[in-house]
Amino acid sequence: MDFELLIGIFPQVLIDGITLGFMYALIALGYTMVYGVLEFINFAHSEIFIVGAFVGVELLLGMKAAGWLDALPWILVLLLILVAGMAVSGVLAVIVERTAYRPLRHAPRLIPLISAIGVSFFLQDAIRLFESLWRNSFNLVYPTMEALNERFELSSTIDVSLKSLVVTAAALLMLWGLYSLVNKTKIGKAIRAVAEDQSAASLMGINVNRIISLTFLIGGAMGGGAGVLFGVQYSLINPYTGFIPGLKAFTAAVLGGIGNIPGAMLGGLVLGLLESFAASYLSLLTGGAFGAEYKDILAFSILILILIFRPKGLLGEVVRERA
Amino acid sequence: MIVPLIQRLLDRPGPATIIVVAALGATAWGVAHVPRSVVLFMLFQASVLLLYFARIPRGLKILLTAIALGVLMPVLGTINAYYMEIAIQVGIFVALALGLNIVVGLAGLLDLGYVAFFAVGAYSWAIFGSPQANLIFGGSHFPLSGWWFFVFLFVGVGVAAGAGILLGLPVLRLHGDYLALVTLGFGEVIRVLANNLDKPINITNGPKGITPINRPPIFFEPLLRAIGLEPNPYVIYPLYLYALVLLIVGVTVLVNRRLEDSHIGRAWEAIREDQTAAQAMGVPLVRMKLLAFACGASFAGAVGVLFSAKQIFINPESFTFMESIGVLAMIILGGMGSIPEPSSGPPWSPCSISRSSRASRSGSTSSATRAR
Repeated sequence: MDFELLIGIFPQVLIDGITLGFMYALIALGYTMVYGVLEFINFAHSEIFIVGAFVGVELLLGMKAAGWLDALPWILVLLLILVAGMAVSGVLAVIVERTAYRPLRHAPRLIPLISAIGVSFFLQDAIRLFESLWRNSFNLVYPTMEALNERFELSSTIDVSLKSLVVTAAALLMLWGLYSLVNKTKIGKAIRAVAEDQSAASLMGINVNRIISLTFLIGGAMGGGAGVLFGVQYSLINPYTGFIPGLKAFTAAVLGGIGNIPGAMLGGLVLGLLESFAASYLSLLTGGAFGAEYKDILAFSILILILIFRPKGLLGEVVRERA
Repeated sequence: MIVPLIQRLLDRPGPATIIVVAALGATAWGVAHVPRSVVLFMLFQASVLLLYFARIPRGLKILLTAIALGVLMPVLGTINAYYMEIAIQVGIFVALALGLNIVVGLAGLLDLGYVAFFAVGAYSWAIFGSPQANLIFGGSHFPLSGWWFFVFLFVGVGVAAGAGILLGLPVLRLHGDYLALVTLGFGEVIRVLANNLDKPINITNGPKGITPINRPPIFFEPLLRAIGLEPNPYVIYPLYLYALVLLIVGVTVLVNRRLEDSHIGRAWEAIREDQTAAQAMGVPLVRMKLLAFACGASFAGAVGVLFSAKQIFINPESFTFMESIGVLAMIILGGMGSIPEPSSGPPWSPCSISRSSRASRSGSTSSATRAR
């Protein structure tokens, strides 16, 4: 075993893992917030995430065609697509809640879940249809922003691209924004109250439906922002790309304790790091017998193990059973 | 205006029988004379569904169903082989839907990775019924002859049931959404494994898939020759597979019916309705849930064996998450927890004409066992 190589790539793997981890954390927030309020897995969240990525790519391609992409400073462009992606995804999440979940709120538990799966497939194919008609292809590539590809070489084996720095910074900023919104403002207090006890919250004069919509708006916006960052980081997207990251993000949410916002962030980071290490080290450590393709299995095994041994997650509280 | 009229007519035995027989006869005649018209074939299937909805005396209904599925369908299938292919697919999905119905419909455990058990069954025969096993065990004892297919129907049941218990054991403490997620993860794990287990030991041959897989022998061939018939393999084989599928669907329906009315079935329903109350009434939760997983999985295993023999070639692409959702959609469409309904669900599942034609036929299969 090449020990020097193992040590040598370590910082690089760490950096990649952190970038991936923050991405997961952003998506996981959407799952965790909705679960906290409604105790229901928003299966369509992975598609809301990828819609954000598509809004970003459409805007970028449009700007490129108009020649603005090189004229405007990159930070402005990035900010623009982030805000647009967040807005569209947030509104979409609210619409989905209104049409697909709200009518089923008092149905048995499995029913909204199945409805969410339906929404998820509907959105996948709706994006596919739209992009096929509009651009003749549903596999889209983010146009390169030259400035973002700059790399800082720290040593001969390690370099950090400006892209992953920006992605991490944006993710941190969004996480901080959400954290202060939920913990420092009146709206955040209302969200927490509804998550705690819906009927008591409504007795206190909180409009529960509005807060639930708001939760979807915020969660969807976080997912959309994550989608844009995902596109900027990995470039290639198609309507089905969102599914696996969505599943992983849910794993992250469960890992951190579902319904718990700092937990989702922690879970995302842990999962991102684990996956990044698995992708790089599995094949080295097993002499090539098990390659990077087993990283997905690792993520799901973690999900199963966590659910068995610590169902409440790393930071979670005991989940009470709903009658 | 017209629909209520037909409804009323179908509720009376006399007119209903006439309508159904006329519909069956007319559409079958139509298909026989214009074999390329998919619309006509769908109408034929619709008339089989009509048979299921019509209020006809039970004995007559069973007879008509037997004629439609046992005589008309094979005849039409020999006229246009494509329809036979559809009929076989319908049967496979009906059996899958019935298996999943036990887990989701009866026991109320949402399983989003059902296709994993299907894959386990399919691979168990694919590996041993093809030269693939030589790569694992060395030597050249494989492929096993087609006769082993019948043994492997049961091996598939056993292996898939084992996989069901294996999955069931850790996830028993979970319920609702968590269970759905874990089963989904399990389904993905099985698919990823199938995709990547071509090294270090080549077990599944990875994304390239396994082929050729042996098919069950036509054991009555000498008999046909004895009476002077020279069977054309391209005609006789689909018919034979169709008969096998019908047999498996029949057994599945029968087992389902018996299970549903047994104390096991009642225990499952109790768990579905209220887990806590069921436990208080003395239902052994763990054992019953495991049993539900194992039962549901075992059907998928048997059908998987049949599937790999029918396809001759399998690869992981046949076992994606979409398939799990498709089967789930079938039982939701038909109404969870009932037997005829899941089997009438498959026809309308999305995608293709072949799928869309699927289930009207299957609806009538089960109607034989539950005539209204």
